[in-house]
Amino acid sequence: MEKILVLVHTDEGGVLPRAALETVAAARSLTGDFTIGVFGEKAGASIGSLAVEGEAFSAPRYATDAAACEAIVRKAGATLVLAPNTFRMARCLPGVAARLNGAVDTHAVAVSHDTEAVTVTRWFYRQRMEGTLAREARPWFILIEPGAYEAAEASLAAAVEVLPVEATTRTTHVGYVSPESGEQTIRPDARLLFVAGAGWTKKQADGAVHTDEAGELILGFVRTAQSSLGSSKSLVDLSGEGQTVLPFLTHLHQVGQTGSTPRHRKGLATCCHGEEPHVVGWRFINERRAVNLDPNCGWARGKADVLYVADAFEVMRELNRLI
Amino acid sequence: MSFEIIVCGGLAPDPLQTLEPVPGPALKNEMMLPAVFDPWAAHALYEAAHLAAQMPGSRLRVVCLAPKAKLQQVMMKMAQKLPFELIPLDGPSNGFSDAGPTSEALAGAIQALPDVDISRLLVFGGWESATRGAGVVMQMVGERLGITEQFLAVDEVKVDAGALVIKERVEGGQHMVSRCAGPPAVLAWATGSLPEPPNHPQTGMANMRTMMPALQKAAAVAPANGVAYHEVALPKVQRETRIVKDLSAAEIARELATWVKE
Repeated sequence: MEKILVLVHTDEGGVLPRAALETVAAARSLTGDFTIGVFGEKAGASIGSLAVEGEAFSAPRYATDAAACEAIVRKAGATLVLAPNTFRMARCLPGVAARLNGAVDTHAVAVSHDTEAVTVTRWFYRQRMEGTLAREARPWFILIEPGAYEAAEASLAAAVEVLPVEATTRTTHVGYVSPESGEQTIRPDARLLFVAGAGWTKKQADGAVHTDEAGELILGFVRTAQSSLGSSKSLVDLSGEGQTVLPFLTHLHQVGQTGSTPRHRKGLATCCHGEEPHVVGWRFINERRAVNLDPNCGWARGKADVLYVADAFEVMRELNRLI
Repeated sequence: MSFEIIVCGGLAPDPLQTLEPVPGPALKNEMMLPAVFDPWAAHALYEAAHLAAQMPGSRLRVVCLAPKAKLQQVMMKMAQKLPFELIPLDGPSNGFSDAGPTSEALAGAIQALPDVDISRLLVFGGWESATRGAGVVMQMVGERLGITEQFLAVDEVKVDAGALVIKERVEGGQHMVSRCAGPPAVLAWATGSLPEPPNHPQTGMANMRTMMPALQKAAAVAPANGVAYHEVALPKVQRETRIVKDLSAAEIARELATWVKE
């Protein structure tokens, strides 16, 4: 019989991230009871019956977060630890697994428990294949990918045991900054992902490049539609090499093999060829449309629902007028 | 001030290759697939070389666990990018190998180096691999080396009065800024901000003079695999693409506007 612990953290102000409640939902989908442990700011007034709080544990830092998680897992005597795959958890839990001689799996999109074993489903090779696996090592830390479960409702814990934990670190938390480009990259709450490909910087029908207009069209759409802005690697690399092409694009906008894999209901790709290394980043985009001059591009080969063979400059000029 | 920088990295199949799983699990024709240095580990290496160049007296080494024959092929290319010493480990490196034993092998190789000054040590690597994509190996390596100053998805590090000012990616497209008093530290890199360096044949020849003997003497490691795979398969969904060729830009825009607003 597994002893299940749901291990979550609070964010600034003691707020639980949505992914924490999704992890609670994942735990409820398994058979058996579970304990909830919380660490971070105001963790003692949250949904967990075990908590680690205090000034040292408010800011995300590896040493303090790992110490807090270790204490909660030891106290709970957990064999199975479910946690949200937030950056904070992804930073500290693998180290805690090593410290406790356990195992860890991240980016889990499903976890199930049949009569024989607990199994985890996750993607391999950057979302190019999906696998289901089990492990014997315990404690087994499973980080649940945000968006994989509907968030559960959870009430405040009736009784909370706040664990005394001491941790030292040589790191101080300075704060948060937005990308220097000043442009939004991935908006978690956006319904649409807009991807700008390298075609925007190529010579157009008149034999000239029109990067200024391309920038206006792209940013005009992203700001009006409140969409996420992504890019392909080739376009991002061009701007990284100092060329004056769409300077607002950085590596943070990169979607695909070496970029992000955002979750949005819809995605619109423009001037992008839909090559496999880029399209693996579209795995969790449900409805996909593309605008490209090449009818034989990657999008045409089963990677998009609709491919419009057209000049993206003309289409976006019209589209920006309409939305 | 100078650093002892060790970059951990592995290999990944060339991203343009078609991948298909076979029972084992493994990749179909795995040994025949062309490989590249793992993209995020490569970013870590470029950033490490940049930092080493800024801090005179710094030393840059790369610990790499991969099949020796493939490693040799990939290093012929990587060696031309920038000067570094290679510490090769001959063993499996694919998406189905286990992160725990892999980290044990990498940490063991670092601990076995006779001349590492831990007080100047920065362990770099990619925050995830393009194979397993778990993002856990670097933290485990750090933990096994006793390093508790760790940073994930790093995009920038600057040295300020002996301290490291580090930007890590976090949710919402933001960077979290931390100040670490100094080494030792583990930095698992995202893409950073440096482009791929151009090839430099002279650097390649100088590197290969030390790399070839190191590759010949590479210790064989066979990390245990604690994972039982029930199934590995390609995604089943294949979209039926509607290719629209005959609409004007205005008509396409109207259709897209309706779709965006739905």
